[in-house]
Amino acid sequence: MNEAKAKLHVLSEFTYTPSTVERGYTGQTLYVNVGDGTIKGKPVTEDMKEKFIGGRGFDLWLLWQGINDSTKWNDPENEIVIASGPCGGTTQYPGSGKSIAVSISPLTHVPIDSNAGGHYGPYLKFSGWDAIEVQGKAEKDVFVYVDGPAGIVQIIEAPEDSPTDTHMLGHWLNDHFAASEKDKQQMSFVTAGIGSDHSYIGCLNFSLYDRKRHDLRYKQAGRGGIGTVFRDKKIKALIVKSFPVKGDSNHPADMERIAATGADMQHEVATFDPVQNRMRSRGTSYLVQIMNDYDLLPVHNYKFGAHPDTPKINGDIWEAQYTQNMPDGCWYGCTVACAHAVDAYEVRTGPYKGQRVIVDGPEYETIAGCGSNCGIFEPWALLEINFYCDTYGIDTISFGTGMAFVMECYEAGILDKEKTGGLDLHFGKAEETLEVMHQLARGEGFGKIFGMGIRQMKQYFVEHFDADPQFVQDIGMEAKGLEYSEYLTKESLAQQGGYGLTNKGPQHDEAWLIFMDQVNNQLPTFEDKAEALHYFPMWRTWFGLCGFCKLPWNDVVDPKNSLSAEPAKIPHHVQNYVEIYSGVTGKEVTTDDLIDMSERVYNLQRVMNIRLGYGLRDHDAIPYRSAGPVTEEEYLSRQERYDDQIREWFDKDPETMTTQEKMALHREYREGRYEKLIDAVYKRRGWSPNGVPTVEKLQQLGIDYPDVVAIVKKYL
Amino acid sequence: MILVNQKHQVAWHKGITIRDVLKIMNYTYPHMAVRVNGTPVLDDQYDTYTIPDEADVRVIHLIAGG
Repeated sequence: MNEAKAKLHVLSEFTYTPSTVERGYTGQTLYVNVGDGTIKGKPVTEDMKEKFIGGRGFDLWLLWQGINDSTKWNDPENEIVIASGPCGGTTQYPGSGKSIAVSISPLTHVPIDSNAGGHYGPYLKFSGWDAIEVQGKAEKDVFVYVDGPAGIVQIIEAPEDSPTDTHMLGHWLNDHFAASEKDKQQMSFVTAGIGSDHSYIGCLNFSLYDRKRHDLRYKQAGRGGIGTVFRDKKIKALIVKSFPVKGDSNHPADMERIAATGADMQHEVATFDPVQNRMRSRGTSYLVQIMNDYDLLPVHNYKFGAHPDTPKINGDIWEAQYTQNMPDGCWYGCTVACAHAVDAYEVRTGPYKGQRVIVDGPEYETIAGCGSNCGIFEPWALLEINFYCDTYGIDTISFGTGMAFVMECYEAGILDKEKTGGLDLHFGKAEETLEVMHQLARGEGFGKIFGMGIRQMKQYFVEHFDADPQFVQDIGMEAKGLEYSEYLTKESLAQQGGYGLTNKGPQHDEAWLIFMDQVNNQLPTFEDKAEALHYFPMWRTWFGLCGFCKLPWNDVVDPKNSLSAEPAKIPHHVQNYVEIYSGVTGKEVTTDDLIDMSERVYNLQRVMNIRLGYGLRDHDAIPYRSAGPVTEEEYLSRQERYDDQIREWFDKDPETMTTQEKMALHREYREGRYEKLIDAVYKRRGWSPNGVPTVEKLQQLGIDYPDVVAIVKKYL
Repeated sequence: MILVNQKHQVAWHKGITIRDVLKIMNYTYPHMAVRVNGTPVLDDQYDTYTIPDEADVRVIHLIAGG
């Protein structure tokens, strides 16, 4: 026992005998109410496993039951639910340690799901719980501590002198909860930071103890403001201490099957990664130059798709910065090992100026969002932004996309120094961007306005700064209230749908079809696009049900995949997942079954959106910047392309038209085809023209529970 | 003339290879599935496989985002 922990004030305690994990499940979920102190276990039924599988499926099902039709993000009954999934914690197959967090989002007001690496989810399972469901609001800051080996769960008062920012709090927690190096290895924390206290774009950090560095590292469940909910509940940390992880901790049904499939994949990674994306040496930063080469990198608030300074922040730069020069995984046994970090970075600004810290990443989304999209091409600035976003508990994607919007507003004259408190926020202003971050964290000045997120900033700028409502709507890259992730979609209708026709908002983990559509031209018809917008969101959802990372599916591939009938689906990797799932759970499934599993969860999430007053066709609208050129500057930057399209699509001579006339023609056409895409996708998904899952669809999926059916019937 | 991905025309010349077409198209992504008139061509043949005139070349980038 750590003596420092013994001095902490326990508010509530629950003792239990940890269930043995059998075939990937413990058979119990943990319920903790930080408001009234209730702690209890709930059984996992066979129906729950059959219908919702685990991970995001369990999260949503538990949330469905925990809330009511009018629950808001900051109501006590809102929950944060975290689970891995039946395959989570597997060590033989790469990318098998994900945690998925779900809550009602302060940005979108509907459920958000966000996944992260780190050790929390698998450790929670190996401590006896398939999921943790946290409800209520504490009066004072608390820790929720799960100790599997001791068989206790406690709500503990967080001392006033305990830090809130993640990198400081992590060390404090190790000092107070770990009695040895071995303890540190068996513990994981979920934390946020003071940025989550003062904004709607808060994220969660999931820790892992890095045995090479002998220090803590963090992976982020960034999207949708779950960190904001976390701090609104006055949770400082979720802490788990697990039994030691072993190769068979899931007690799988067929260990040999898993080992054989894993060995085959590990061989592929070792053989092909060095000549393909080189994830093991540069992680997702490899994408920066690729996106630039194909005119898809967001530059200056998604106006442009490339920039001559991109080589200053591309994968070559980050490979040189990442330290240890060795693979860095975020879960045991993951040979893709893309979780790189920069060690001993000396912080230049803010409250931690002069500290030497580990910066996890930066990964592609952070580089593109906070870099090119904001016109910032200075690596030190991206490291600094990345560090502060993490320790303050701020989503780097929402931060980058939000700052890009603000910078365009500044250049358009909507903002000026008087309105920003003296900050010059032209594109490229790195120091000023960091000052906005520090203001946000303190809940002060322009940073406080910024922390509301783009949707509320639009309204604020119209009401207080006389902004043109149509202009800020067109250029503010959010849908459903969530900021876009970092891909330029103007020339890919399918990806416009990949962002717009989502449940949670524009995040690429549902569908990423730019290359299939725009470059490969594999989706020429509306029906082709609709099929892709059915299959890929369902396929990608499946990773989150089971505790898998998406990256090993298609970021390392045997070249023989080219010979398959549908190479974009990577069929032999899909079969790998069939083998692992069946090997863990003992349930024999087909590739089609995996899609069916996802469809149930996906449709439940859609109905949940409707239940909360959203989830209809109107809510799937997208800003015009994602579909076409808003400004003359944009049009003229790609005039040859747009003029050619006028000849091809409308059989008109662009030489006889003004730029404004050409832009108007493009807009009418592009907006019209997005509506046609919606029709095609809804039809393919079994939804009404208003985006509502039909009763027949719910029956087919086996989720025609009376309360679910009652909701859709109001709209059919 | 060579048709790439059913929408881009590339001028044909005798001896033009897959590698040449990828360079002309600025297709820099390292992992693709290539078919010429429906026949798969593996990446170790990109420098040697010569494309016939009027060929239908499909270059499928096997990339699916973060």
